[in-house]
Amino acid sequence: MIHSDLYVWMIIAGLSLGSFAIRFSFLGLIGDRQLPKPVERALGYTSVAILPGIAMPMVLSSSSGELEPTRLIAACLTLLVGAWTRSLLYSLLAGILSYSLLMAVL
Amino acid sequence: MFGRNKLFWQGARRGFISSLPFYIVMVPFGTLFGLLATEAGLNVLQVMGFSFAVLAGAAQITAVTLMEENAPTVIILATSLAVNLRMGMYSAALVPLIGKAKLWQRVLASYWIFDQSYAVTALEHNKNPNLSLDERLGVFFGVAIPVSSLWYLGTYLGAVVGNQIPSELGLEFAVPVTFLALVAPLLRSIPHLLAAFTSVLFTLLFADFPFSSGLLVAGVMALAVGYLSEVWLEKRRSKEAV
Repeated sequence: MIHSDLYVWMIIAGLSLGSFAIRFSFLGLIGDRQLPKPVERALGYTSVAILPGIAMPMVLSSSSGELEPTRLIAACLTLLVGAWTRSLLYSLLAGILSYSLLMAVL
Repeated sequence: MFGRNKLFWQGARRGFISSLPFYIVMVPFGTLFGLLATEAGLNVLQVMGFSFAVLAGAAQITAVTLMEENAPTVIILATSLAVNLRMGMYSAALVPLIGKAKLWQRVLASYWIFDQSYAVTALEHNKNPNLSLDERLGVFFGVAIPVSSLWYLGTYLGAVVGNQIPSELGLEFAVPVTFLALVAPLLRSIPHLLAAFTSVLFTLLFADFPFSSGLLVAGVMALAVGYLSEVWLEKRRSKEAV
């Protein structure tokens, strides 16, 4: 399908401006002014508040539409190894290697 | 651009090394976008325009998927920007980390806020709270610039050689694994565990919320759970100490 150039570039422009506005919002406008202490402490949990929420639904669903135990096991190993070693690399390796291994064996 | 600032470059090296694991997935993930965008009818220039100007995988994929369905511009913008609203949380969470940087540095940093650049900076800060501002900026850009370069490269490959690259390389599963690996090292305290659990539980429960707002609502709840349990544990400890 061929879209008009205007349609495509309007979407690119709108998305880039909108995305920048979202990203600049707090960091740009608050800058070095102090956030209230409770807010600052709560924001310390941002990673664990967002990323598992994105990842787990992807782990639990698959293209076949059924729950794949291999994915669940690999996800658990990713979390356990990461929490144990505190290493991003080992955590990722545990997830990818265990998934490949389970897929090869099962 | 940061000249000879030694601390910045030390941080950049730290960020660069920490983000090496992502290199496995950035190119194939970018390729996937390039492929989808080409299938939706975009030319190479437009595909690259998308990646350079927007720099957000999930939002870009959402947008081109909707474009293929010929959705109205307003709907495409609203839906894709909603996917990107979590970047606002990263923006806020970066204030205590790099908010004291100069304005031009914060403008640059804002362009480069995405899951990995925020999460690695936060993780390094968590492991080593005494990093200076320059080191933290170094970590951030040391992750952001190389990782995004691979994203640009991947989308280019997807747009140009697209169909000759096998798109299924377990990639579908590699994306959630990178996200889990980003948080796993943090899951060593009760508040972090509770926050992560809240995030997953309520994102699943709110899966039908419009404009994928469930993730954000669940995220804000998780922030509250993390903070409140931290305060509660502190109170209990100080009571025990008395």
